[in-house]
Amino acid sequence: MNDLPVLLDQNRAPIYEALQTFRQMRVVPFDVPGHKHGRGNPEMTAFLGEKCVTIDVNSMKPLDNLCHPVSVIKEAEELAADAFGAAHAFLMVGGTTSSVQTMVLTTCKRGDKIILPRNVHRSVINALVLCGAVPVYVNPEVDDRLGISLGMRRDQVFKAIRENPEAVAVLVNNPTYYGICSDLKAIVRMAHDAGMFCLADEAHGTHFYFGAGMPTSAMEAGADMAAVSMHKSGGSLTQSSFLLTGPQMNPGHVRQIINLTQTTSGSYLLMSSLDISRRMLALRGREIFAKVTTMADYAREEVNAIGGYYAFGKELVNGDSIFDFDPTKLSIHTRDIGLAGIEVYDILRDEYDIQIEFGDIGNILAYLSIGDRTQELERLVSALAEIRRRYQRDGSGLLDTEYLDPEVVATPQEAFYAPKKSLPLDETEGCVCSEFVMCYPPGIPILAPGERITRDILDYIKFAKEKGCSMTGPEDPDILRLNVLA
Amino acid sequence: MELWFSEFHAPDVKHSIRINKHLYSQQSDYQRIDIFDTPEFGRVLALDGNVQLTERDEFIYDEMITHVPMAVHPSIKDVLVIGAGDGGVVKELARYERIERIDLVEMDPEVIKACRAYLPENASRLDDRRVHIYYDNALRFIRRCSEQYDLIIVDSTDPFGPSEGYFTREFYGICYNALREDGIMVNQQGSPFYQHDAEAMQRSHQRIVHTFPISRVYQAHIPTYAAGYWTFGFASKKYHPVDDLDAEGWNRLNLQTKYYTTRLHVGAFCLPAFLEKLLKEVEG
Repeated sequence: MNDLPVLLDQNRAPIYEALQTFRQMRVVPFDVPGHKHGRGNPEMTAFLGEKCVTIDVNSMKPLDNLCHPVSVIKEAEELAADAFGAAHAFLMVGGTTSSVQTMVLTTCKRGDKIILPRNVHRSVINALVLCGAVPVYVNPEVDDRLGISLGMRRDQVFKAIRENPEAVAVLVNNPTYYGICSDLKAIVRMAHDAGMFCLADEAHGTHFYFGAGMPTSAMEAGADMAAVSMHKSGGSLTQSSFLLTGPQMNPGHVRQIINLTQTTSGSYLLMSSLDISRRMLALRGREIFAKVTTMADYAREEVNAIGGYYAFGKELVNGDSIFDFDPTKLSIHTRDIGLAGIEVYDILRDEYDIQIEFGDIGNILAYLSIGDRTQELERLVSALAEIRRRYQRDGSGLLDTEYLDPEVVATPQEAFYAPKKSLPLDETEGCVCSEFVMCYPPGIPILAPGERITRDILDYIKFAKEKGCSMTGPEDPDILRLNVLA
Repeated sequence: MELWFSEFHAPDVKHSIRINKHLYSQQSDYQRIDIFDTPEFGRVLALDGNVQLTERDEFIYDEMITHVPMAVHPSIKDVLVIGAGDGGVVKELARYERIERIDLVEMDPEVIKACRAYLPENASRLDDRRVHIYYDNALRFIRRCSEQYDLIIVDSTDPFGPSEGYFTREFYGICYNALREDGIMVNQQGSPFYQHDAEAMQRSHQRIVHTFPISRVYQAHIPTYAAGYWTFGFASKKYHPVDDLDAEGWNRLNLQTKYYTTRLHVGAFCLPAFLEKLLKEVEG
C-alpha cells in the first residue's frame, strides 16, 4: 500500500466532479431513491432546493460505492489521506460516532481491556457495550478553579499501562470539548512500547491538521487511528466525518468493521460535502484557521475585559494534563458572576437569540469556526456584558466539581444486558447503574452502564437538572427513575 | 436614454427613481455604496441598494430623529450618534448650542468619505469642533461606556444587513447602560407596513420595551422609504415623549425647520389603529 503518487492534486474533488458530470448527463432514474431527483416530493424539493435533491442519488458505477470504493470515492479517500497525512482515510456518513465505534471495534474484542479517560464521549462507551471490551479509566485531572476535566497526565497513562499490560489500546481525546490536549506523542510512544494501539477521538480536532500553531494532530503524533469530525471545524455537512488510519492498520480489515454497522445507502450529499471541504482545507485551511484563531483571541480579550467571566486560553498550559490548548476554542468560565454555565447558555438563547454550543455547571463554550464574522462576536460579547449587568449574583451556592471518579463494577456490555430493575432516583444509591446518564451536550456520561451510583453522583444529577441541563440517556426521559442491576 | 434605480420595498413591490448620472460606486469592507444624481430627488445615497437618503427628503428623517428628543430633555449635553455617516443627524444636532459633545460611531469610513465628497451639504457639520468621529463597531464602542450620554441616536441601516446587531436586545441593553439616569435613546425603527418590515419593527420594539421603562413609537412620512411611511422609537429612563415636551422652551430657540414642529411632535405619537395593535401585541 501507499504506492500513490507522491503529490496528489488537492485541487481535485472527485466525488463532486462526478456528481457535476452526472447532473449534466440527465440520467433517467429507475433506481432508488424514490423521490427521483425531487420530482416525487415537491414540498421537500421546494424546501431543500432542487440543486440539493438532484444529487441525492444511489450508488452507481460512475459514482462508486461507499461499501467498496474502487473509483471516485477511493480517489476522494486517497486525497483526504494525503491532506491529513494519514496512510488511509475513510469517508464516514454515520457521524463521528461511527468513526469512534469503528476504532474501538477494530482494535478490541470482547473481554479486551482499553485504557481511556473517563471524560470520553458517549459513543466510546456505546462501542464498549457493543463489543464487550473492558474500560480501564484514567482519571483526568480536574482544574479546581474551572471545574473541568483536563487531559491525561503521562504518569497516569504509564501507570495504567503498567497495571494492565494485557490492554490492547489507549484512547485519547485530542482535544477535549474544551480544547485541552494531552501529550499525545508521549502517549503514542508509551502505547506502542507496550504493544498497544493508540486511538484518538479528534471530534474537535479537524483544524489541527491544517492550521498553523495548532496542537499536534493524531496522525502527526503517530497514532494508529483517529476519528475526525469534519462537520465541526471542517465545514462539511452534519453527520459527515473522516476516519484516519496510520500505516500499521490494515485498511481492508477496517473497511470490514465499518461495513458491519454502516448504511449501504451512503448519502452523496454527505460524501460530496466531505470532498469539497477537504479540498477547501487543503487549499486554504491555513488562512481560514489563522482567521478563526484571531477571532477567538479577540473574543477572549474582550470577554475578559468585561470582568467576572474568565475566557481561558494557552495560559493554562502546564506541560502535562494541559499539554496544549486549542486556540480556536472560546470556553468561558461563568461561576464568578454567580451563574451556572447552563444558565448563561439559556439566557443567551431565550433573551438574546444567541445559540452557543453548550453550557455545563461552570462554563459555556461558544463554537467559533470558518463561518464566523466579527460582527456576531460583538453581539456575543455585548450580550455577555449585559447578562453580567442584569443577573450577576453571589455564586457561593454553586456546586464546584465536575469530575466524579467512577467505580466500575461490571463491563458496560454486561451491565447493559444484565437483568435489571427500575428504581426512583433517590433509592439508587449504592446500586450499579445499567444505563447512561449525561448532559447533552457535551455528552460525557455522568454514569455509564456498570458504574456504582454514589450520593455525590445523585447530587450532581439533581443539581444539573435543577439548573436546566438537558439530561439524556436513561429509559425514563424525565430521569425520575434509573435502571440498576437487579 | 432611460436610466432607473430600482429598490425592492417588498418582494413584490418595487420603487424606482430616474437617474441622471451614477456619480459614485464602491464596495467597502461592509457594504456597497452608491451615489446617484436624480432629477426628482437630487443626489441619492444607497447602501447595498437601499436608499438611505435623498437631498430632497432627508430633512424629514434628520429633523424627526433629532428634534423630538431635543424638545423633551432640557439639558442634553453629551450625544452619541450611531451610524449616520452621511452627517445629516449631526447637521441638525450641531444647531443646538447647549450640546457640548457629539460622538459619532460609524463602522464604515468609506461612507463618510463618499458623503463628504458627494453630499457636502449633508456632511457640512462633521467638522464641527464638538464632533468626534470613531470608526468602530457600535456594540464594541458602547459596551465600554457607562452613564455618560444624555442622548443616543441610532441612525442605522435596516436590520437585515451589517446593522443587524443594532436591533438586538444586547445593543439596547448596552445603550441603556451608557445613558445617564435621565437619558433618552431614539432609533429608526423601520416601516410598519410591509410584512417583513413590520415583523422586524415588532421584534425591535419588544426588545426596547423590555429594556427601558418608557418606550413609545412615533411616525413620519418619508417618500423614498418603504411604503413612504416610517417609524422611530423613543426609549427613555425618565422623560415621557409627550407629557414632558417643553414646547415653549424649544420654540424659544427659534430653530427653522421644514418638517418638525412642536404641534407635529404631539401628533407623531398618535398612531393608526393597525400600528397600535402591532405594538401592543409585543408589549405584553
